[in-house]
Amino acid sequence: MNKIITLEEAVAKVKDGDTIMVGGFLANGTPEGLIDGLVESGVKDLTLICNDTGFVDKGVGKMVVNKQFKKIIASHIGTNRETGNQLNSGETEVVLVPQGTLIEQIRAGGAGLGGVLTQTGLGTKVEEGKDKVTVDGKEYILEKPLRANVALVYATKVDKMGNAIFNGSTHNFNIFMSTAADIVIVGAEEIVEVGELGPHDIRIPGIFVDYIVKEEPLK
Amino acid sequence: MMDKNQMQDFIARRTAKELKDGDLVNLGIGLPTKVSNFVADDIQVLFQSENGFVGLGPAPDENNIDPYIVNAGGLPSSIIPGGAFFDSSMSFGIIRGGHLDATVLGALQVDAKGNIANYMIPGKMVPGMGGAMDLVSGAKKVIVAMEHTAKGNHKILEECTLPLTAVGAVDLIITEMGVLEVTPEGLLLTEINPDYTVEEVQAATGAKLLIAEDLKEMV
Repeated sequence: MNKIITLEEAVAKVKDGDTIMVGGFLANGTPEGLIDGLVESGVKDLTLICNDTGFVDKGVGKMVVNKQFKKIIASHIGTNRETGNQLNSGETEVVLVPQGTLIEQIRAGGAGLGGVLTQTGLGTKVEEGKDKVTVDGKEYILEKPLRANVALVYATKVDKMGNAIFNGSTHNFNIFMSTAADIVIVGAEEIVEVGELGPHDIRIPGIFVDYIVKEEPLK
Repeated sequence: MMDKNQMQDFIARRTAKELKDGDLVNLGIGLPTKVSNFVADDIQVLFQSENGFVGLGPAPDENNIDPYIVNAGGLPSSIIPGGAFFDSSMSFGIIRGGHLDATVLGALQVDAKGNIANYMIPGKMVPGMGGAMDLVSGAKKVIVAMEHTAKGNHKILEECTLPLTAVGAVDLIITEMGVLEVTPEGLLLTEINPDYTVEEVQAATGAKLLIAEDLKEMV
């Protein structure tokens, strides 16, 4: 059960037309090596699920610049002018989702839930076209689960079973994205032997992880 | 007349007085971030960074940047002793679950019913809501801290014209001209900057103001 693969093998898991999830918050905790590999591969017509679209030269933003997405589902695109350009020109479909809703949709997708009920977005554009449910007299929007073909997540350290730990604010979307895709690839700064990570410290249990790729340390 | 920086500091200083010992608070980007500079020495306020921690500390100097720690603006940041990192689901559980005592954020428009618009100008600026919709829907107290007008144009209105971030969410508006409370009857001016007259504040406001009987000086 060897999960460690090369960057080229990892990149080849993503096919034209796939939906991918990419971890990170403004590119903090994004597997940059995997992103660079995907830019190089030129795989296209992808749907992206990510908190934001990073920057033109950092994170998934590089793939936006390379025009690899036909649709982007994110909470924020304001730090990457290219996403805005592609939205305005109609080249790329952009669905803006409140950040808390986005992470819960992903969590639902990974946990076998039929969706989540939330009051965030009531009375705004966000509720358009969605079902509403009343529970104990309170109205909620039904937000459906999200899943992907491939999740590309970052970890600071991973053991060879895929158990992963995180430094600082890099947990963000990585934890639950690892539960919500058919193929989960972890790009980790350091790959260690099984048993070297404390079981108390593990944030992604290795059972969720299919493949491991070595990443460069964050700069 | 105050310059822009002095004006922002004045608003931030007054906003900081709304925070109480033991509060957990989320500050938006820009002017709201300055509020942390003015918290009284004799109280402890914990700040949340919605990308995944409580205990947000000051920006590090150039020699002490930790690449694993960024704030919600993606900039280098720090965590105080006693702080804790977590993933986005936990972070937005804090926000949506009513565990956040207050959020301070800016706005494009606020209206007499407490509606707020701060995430898009259709056709012009579509950055996305990020965590703003969750914050204004979930925080116990929502404080808008902003300049009273945008280059003379009204930002405080009878009714917002831009797409809403949330309905009826705002509790308090703090500007360089005064402090306005959102009440069921409308906007109540409770404090006024002595540099302005009530007439001047009303002229700079696109909604009819109610004037508190015990109108105080804003300091």
